[in-house]
Amino acid sequence: MNFAVKAVLAISMLGLAACSNPDQYGSGATGPGGALGPGGAGMDGVSQGGINDPNSPAYFSQTIGDMVHFQVDQSTLTDTARGILSQQASWLVSHPSYTAIIEGHADEQGTREYNLALGARRASAVQEYLISQGVAGNRLRTVSYGKERPLAICSTEECYMKNRRAVTVISQSAVGS
Amino acid sequence: MMRFVLSLLAAVMLAPIAATAQDSEPLHIEITDGVIEPMPFAIAGFIPESSEAADMASQITQVISSDLTGTGLFREIPKSAYIQNVSSFDTPVKYSDWQAINAQALVVGSVGMQGGKVVVKFRLFDVFSGQQMGDGQQLAASPASWRRLAHKVSDVIYSRITGEGPYFDSRVVFVSESGPKDNRQKRLAVMDYDGANVTYLTDASTIVLAPRFSRDGTKVLFTTFETGFPRIKMLDVATASARLLPEVPGTMTFAPRFSPDGTKIVYSMEQNGNTDLWMMNISSGQTQRLTTSPAIETSPSFSPDGSRIVFESDRSGTQQLYIMPAGGGDATRISFGDGRYSTPVWSPRGDMIAFTKQNQGRFHIGVMRTDGSEERLLTSSFLDEGPTWSPNGRVIMFTRESPGAQGSASLYSVDISGRNLKKVSTPGAASDPAWSPLLP
Repeated sequence: MNFAVKAVLAISMLGLAACSNPDQYGSGATGPGGALGPGGAGMDGVSQGGINDPNSPAYFSQTIGDMVHFQVDQSTLTDTARGILSQQASWLVSHPSYTAIIEGHADEQGTREYNLALGARRASAVQEYLISQGVAGNRLRTVSYGKERPLAICSTEECYMKNRRAVTVISQSAVGS
Repeated sequence: MMRFVLSLLAAVMLAPIAATAQDSEPLHIEITDGVIEPMPFAIAGFIPESSEAADMASQITQVISSDLTGTGLFREIPKSAYIQNVSSFDTPVKYSDWQAINAQALVVGSVGMQGGKVVVKFRLFDVFSGQQMGDGQQLAASPASWRRLAHKVSDVIYSRITGEGPYFDSRVVFVSESGPKDNRQKRLAVMDYDGANVTYLTDASTIVLAPRFSRDGTKVLFTTFETGFPRIKMLDVATASARLLPEVPGTMTFAPRFSPDGTKIVYSMEQNGNTDLWMMNISSGQTQRLTTSPAIETSPSFSPDGSRIVFESDRSGTQQLYIMPAGGGDATRISFGDGRYSTPVWSPRGDMIAFTKQNQGRFHIGVMRTDGSEERLLTSSFLDEGPTWSPNGRVIMFTRESPGAQGSASLYSVDISGRNLKKVSTPGAASDPAWSPLLP
């Protein structure tokens, strides 16, 4: 619960900023019918540029890694997650024309509505961390898919650990910044 | 909504038959927790009154038989065993012929076509006490609604014998699923309680979740990802037209349920990672916050009188069930067993809460009294979740998902005694059932 309290405090002011420009994300930007990104439930614009080109979205999603993982029924960031998110934050800070939607996901060991809320907690934990590392709050938005879009489809911990994730899905903003 | 004309011409009286007095108790099935032997019954008819009614008569007979045997409380005696040949609706019943094959209940009916309508007449007999149970009845409907006619007849028979409320003439809204586990396509669909007459209400272009009926059965609330984010939509069942309910930008809204009077909805709203319960007046869009804890509060459900709300919260550290006044305020925890409790749903009778329970890697559907006492688990599987009550509060339908890469979801139903667990027929994989009220 500690985290949740902090998240409310930390993000309540940023919520205003995020709200001020909701159109930036466009309606239906993450339609689940869209192309699957490396870890995302759906996003576009992650194919141009190679994984060795530090300015490419592929570098962000594959070289840095667009995904962090969580313990069972938890939304606390692990040290590994923080390491990845710090790099994500640096990249976002140095590539201000990109915005990101952070997708929170859960494994199938939970009820549907609870898992939506749990995925939201995870996405929010990532958002909060990225903001703490200098990314402007109005460039980030969160969404939860709960257990609706697993990455791995077996029903053992081997798959569950891959599905308990938050994915930072970036796209080039039409607005810039 | 299907157009349905139902006329209930009471008391199609049968000339009194000299009752053969017997010492037997009046016919009755008491539904208790113990194992019961299904009551043997016979359907003599439904006899077609004309050749054009012949197909209809046989289909109606089939549906009634399937309704009754589907409860697990009745067993139909095969026609080949019948001794008396009941050739018309007014043929006097020869009780001894039915006693000889141990038919405890006997249904005699007829089906005719009158003025473009299907007309069904029936009588129910208590064979061993040698008398008719209740008045004979006549029901009429358009031919397209013949299944509803059959369900109405089954409901009368079921209610007279069990003393329970009717439930066969009802519908279920659910999520029809297709495609692989990592890219499931989901569509809203509605069907009769027994899986017949499936109609799709949305296309597969976006994820839809957890539909719920209004108490009058005309509207459905559900969660859709059509904007890219979970939002609540309200759909008119008759026209399949739907509108998104207002939201606060930057939030997610989900887990909606109607108030019993249909004027408000209670739902979850997520802001900055925290999920709380809110109430919205549907016509004005005015909202009221009901919980303020930093925990996850979701899956709210009204008591039938609208005065209280049961919901789940992990404020204690794990998901548990709580009840609070409908306007918010102090919540009382009602679940105290091992494991995690979720998706509470108040029974239409008001006396019980159905829920999902996770414990030691298994999922269960269970029921408890509203004070948390008398908890009983009705099912156990890899993944059972999301109970919904039949209109009479006797049967629970829920989602059961099988494990593994090829795993898929199905609808199951179970009597609240824990008996009669069975798969509900659906065209393909299906999840998130919500039972309608009894149709008018």
